[in-house]
Amino acid sequence: MTLTNHPKISAQHVTVWYGAKKAIDDVSLDFGSDHVTSLIGPSGCGKSTFLRTLNRMNDTIAAAKVEGDITLDGEDIYAPEMDVVQLRARVGMVFQKPNPFPKSIFENVAYGPRIHGLAGNKSQLSAIVEQSLRRAGLWDEVKDRLTDSGTALSGGQQQRLCIARAIAVDPEVILMDEPCSALDPIATAKIEELIHELKGRYAIVIVTHNMQQAARVSQRTAFFHLGSVVEYGATSDIFTNPRQERTKDYITGRYG
Amino acid sequence: MSDAPTLSGLVPGVATTAPAQPERAPTDWRTQSMQRRIRKRYASERRFRLLGLAAVVLSAGFLAVLLVTMVYNGASGFLQTRIALPVDFAHSGLLLTPAELRGPGADLALSTANIEGLTDSSARAAFGPDGDRWVSDGGWLRVRQALKHDPALLTARTTIWVPAADTLDVAAKRQGDPAAEAIVAKLQARHAISTGFNLPFLTASDSNDPTRAGIWGAFKGSLFTMLVTLLIAFPVGVLSALYLEEYAPRNRWTDLIEVSINNLAAVPSIIFGLLGLAVFLGTFGLPRSASIVGGLTLALMTMPVIVISGRNAIKGVPPSIRDAALGVGASPIQVVFHHVLPLALPGILTGTIIGMARALGETAPLLMIGMRAFIASPPARLTDPATVLPVQIFLWSDQIDRGFVEKTSAAIIVLLAFLLAMNGFAIYLRNKFETRW
Repeated sequence: MTLTNHPKISAQHVTVWYGAKKAIDDVSLDFGSDHVTSLIGPSGCGKSTFLRTLNRMNDTIAAAKVEGDITLDGEDIYAPEMDVVQLRARVGMVFQKPNPFPKSIFENVAYGPRIHGLAGNKSQLSAIVEQSLRRAGLWDEVKDRLTDSGTALSGGQQQRLCIARAIAVDPEVILMDEPCSALDPIATAKIEELIHELKGRYAIVIVTHNMQQAARVSQRTAFFHLGSVVEYGATSDIFTNPRQERTKDYITGRYG
Repeated sequence: MSDAPTLSGLVPGVATTAPAQPERAPTDWRTQSMQRRIRKRYASERRFRLLGLAAVVLSAGFLAVLLVTMVYNGASGFLQTRIALPVDFAHSGLLLTPAELRGPGADLALSTANIEGLTDSSARAAFGPDGDRWVSDGGWLRVRQALKHDPALLTARTTIWVPAADTLDVAAKRQGDPAAEAIVAKLQARHAISTGFNLPFLTASDSNDPTRAGIWGAFKGSLFTMLVTLLIAFPVGVLSALYLEEYAPRNRWTDLIEVSINNLAAVPSIIFGLLGLAVFLGTFGLPRSASIVGGLTLALMTMPVIVISGRNAIKGVPPSIRDAALGVGASPIQVVFHHVLPLALPGILTGTIIGMARALGETAPLLMIGMRAFIASPPARLTDPATVLPVQIFLWSDQIDRGFVEKTSAAIIVLLAFLLAMNGFAIYLRNKFETRW
């Protein structure tokens, strides 16, 4: 299901097994670098599993086995010569539950650049931290307390800190796994606004349960059901004129 | 639904959809039995709280009794009775000159002089024919020390405070036999007896004479042994815990290793002593009674405790932190050393404290490797013969001499102080790591 001519990440015939259970069945999706793609579908349909194959976070689960091809700029990310650590720096991730390190706000953002040697000296590092926090829309709220613990922030601030942490390593793709599911509507609105601002700079793939959110933030939507993609297309088409009956039933609230 | 049974009863053949249940009567929360239930609940809450409080008070009481008894019996072990001994160096017949004692050959000159004889004769002259038995066997050392310190004394007559003999020491602390107490009373009348802090107890090593016996040798032995134990058990234990939790696959072998480690933690300590005897002394031929062998043996005993507590602490680190670190591209080893280990460290240190405290108080395995020998000089190296505090306590408690009773208690106080210092240091470290973020 190709919608872009130059996909940033391309998944072809991806099948994921958890032991003997097939979690994803032959999924092919392309993600362009200039839009936000949302993955929607009922719980347990494999959206998060699919997302985690894109930066090989599934490697940490011993029973998970991935088949098919996933390429980042044409490079096979499951090839033996692909360095997983670097891949995860290029494909950043924001998780469902805000998970800042129990360190200072500064350290949270500086950690990635530091381990990848992205800053030559202290002032460069500070500049990266400031820029990342600004892009995450958090700078004005935390600039006077960068040494406070990241875990002392509110839930919404923590999630924006996690986004700042992800963009501090200058990724090409950002994967977001239900980033707003633990947040209140105001914090959610801020994150959505942030996603709008980050659009174009990074390829963004977002998993969400909230269909309004998918409609608001994304230009492409893929509807997952029972481990496979039912429909993939422009968000406006999916929500106003779904081709598949199952998609229509889901977005109109018949099930899910 | 409440009329369903009556309806089906009135009209036979009318099938009710489901077997009708009688409607529940509304619950009356104010009945007598309800009130009784509430009172009973309150009573059981109160009873449980009192039982808990009683348990705490009981254990605190035992601890208080232990400490008070120990301090009461042991405090006098830190004190020493001294008597004033007039020594007339000018007419002593010592073949020494002040010039000799100022030069570099002072020790040699002093060792040839019969100071021990001079001390005995001075005591006899001052206190009568039995006088030399009133002074501690090591009393002449103090005379020699005074002379070395001030060679000008050689031409003078002076009074030197020397340690009293064991029997007088005991009597002066009001526990002795009547004859000794009479002598103490006589000396007190002449103001020739006093009690002061027993510094040699902290600086000397074991001795047959309780007035000369000190704890330093055993203290240093304990220090060396604990150092070896910590240096072996902590890194090996923590690395094992990290490997088993973070890297090892879950299979039959790792299950077997886990069971073995859990069992190892429960093995009686004396068995580790036998192991140390067979392996370190037998196979590797390390020296007997050495603190390095003691440390290695205790390390084997402490390691399982550190591994178990370490694994639990590592398990307690939330997976979301690991995900977060992996998500920004940290390598597995960076995840472990930047995030998992620092967060698990307080828990690991708690386990280490427990293991090390047990090792410090351990006697049995050390007896097996020969650390119960009489060691009169403190160990200078890890391979020197040494003993440790609990073994020293065990040895002294076995002595017939009454002077050793208070030494035993005093040594226990030293052991407790050692333990408190060790735990205090570990708690300091733990708090430091906990408050860092």
